[in-house]
Amino acid sequence: MSKNITVYLKIWRQEGPDSRGKLVPYTVDNVDPDMSLLEMLDVLNEDLTKKGELPIEFDSDCREGICGTCGLVISGIPHGKKKGIATCQLHMRNFKDGDVITIEPFRAKPFPVVKDLVIDRSAFDRIIAKGGYISVNTGSAPEANLIPIPKETAELAMDAAACIGCGACVAACPNAAAYLFVGAKISQYCLLPQGHPERKIRVRAMVGQMDAEGFGDCSNHAECQAVCPKEISIVNIARMRREYLKSLWP
Amino acid sequence: MQSWATVIWSSVGRKILSAITGVILYLFIMVHLLGNLQLFESSPDPFNLYANFLEKFEGIITIIEIGLLISILFHIVVGTTVYINKLKARPEGYIKTGSAGPPSRKTISSTTMIYTGIVIAVFIIIHIITFKYGPGIDEGYVSNINGTQVRDLYRLVVETFSKPGYVIWYVAAMIFLGFHLRHAFWSAFQSMGWTNPKFLPILYVAGVILAILMAMGFIIIPIWIYFTGGAV
Repeated sequence: MSKNITVYLKIWRQEGPDSRGKLVPYTVDNVDPDMSLLEMLDVLNEDLTKKGELPIEFDSDCREGICGTCGLVISGIPHGKKKGIATCQLHMRNFKDGDVITIEPFRAKPFPVVKDLVIDRSAFDRIIAKGGYISVNTGSAPEANLIPIPKETAELAMDAAACIGCGACVAACPNAAAYLFVGAKISQYCLLPQGHPERKIRVRAMVGQMDAEGFGDCSNHAECQAVCPKEISIVNIARMRREYLKSLWP
Repeated sequence: MQSWATVIWSSVGRKILSAITGVILYLFIMVHLLGNLQLFESSPDPFNLYANFLEKFEGIITIIEIGLLISILFHIVVGTTVYINKLKARPEGYIKTGSAGPPSRKTISSTTMIYTGIVIAVFIIIHIITFKYGPGIDEGYVSNINGTQVRDLYRLVVETFSKPGYVIWYVAAMIFLGFHLRHAFWSAFQSMGWTNPKFLPILYVAGVILAILMAMGFIIIPIWIYFTGGAV
């Protein structure tokens, strides 16, 4: 068993959406390296509660990297330095004794801070509402193998559909663009025949909503694919742009 | 359905516009560099004849110039819009910033496009004033080649590049150009949607190599002329 460690945290505290926030230092001793970072925050929050202070607000749900609820910027990198994981999958064994860890919320105008590290990501829901659906007739489900789909295509669609909508792509983007999210969603539908009936309206509507929400423009920094917990590639962004161009032809 | 203006000026449309105009400008500077390489000839004549040859096709050249000017203007407007939207999309920035490393393509090139772009824009203005609208036949910059009088642009180039200050500024601007082109090349393909997982790494490396070649090509000329005085 490895030795317990001490970490020095600097955590963004903000009372409400309209108040000014600041980084507040906290020291957490005796941290078990097998704890996750969120569990370490839970321990800190228990201490704060015992002391009569307000606990640090942050979002999390499944704590196994599939729900997309958690999301913290850990020392400048959304979900932390480790590849292919969500914040909840980051363990304290990735830190050394005496490390200083800065924890900030995801930053983007369309993701306003609600309190401390909690942000409002409903902008993503509004983008999905514009085109993240397919037409299905009511009645019993048809036989799945009626429409043959090549294995490779199915894999590409699945890779795109792995997006959990956490918003780390926006948080990491120097321009706060939502291209990887929207690119993944567009790709998952346009790759499969079921998504074809609405493909033209979908790409135009979802891109339109993305712009209307106030996300930035994509400058191809590709920082998004480096922080994505599902390691979704920027080729999905290229596919979305192709879809957009295709939508211009009658 | 949305109007054409909305479609073209959507964030995807803007980026495609930026890519198309960027490709036009990239192709132009490639041709420009190839033309400039004639400065390395042992006589001023080939370069002067080339310049004279271009001037003969005044009509076509004017059309190309207008095309380039439109491309530059669109490129600047889109670039500025991207920059303004970036500021608007994240009014409160991070206190601690970092990069997650590969497969990120965030580099000094990609994050400074707006600044290297501004330097290049200023450079183009000075460059055109110096050479295109610089002294010509009337000011005595004349060369007699096989009985025809042509503008001695070669002399103007050699005289300009004998000034150390101008050479330093020119070289510095071309280094900025190199950084701009490094991100520009693969980014243009990505912006037009012409990438796939196999093609992307090749494009990226090709972009770096091309940027180095382009910058080096433009840098060697003034330095060579400064130290050798050219062919004359």
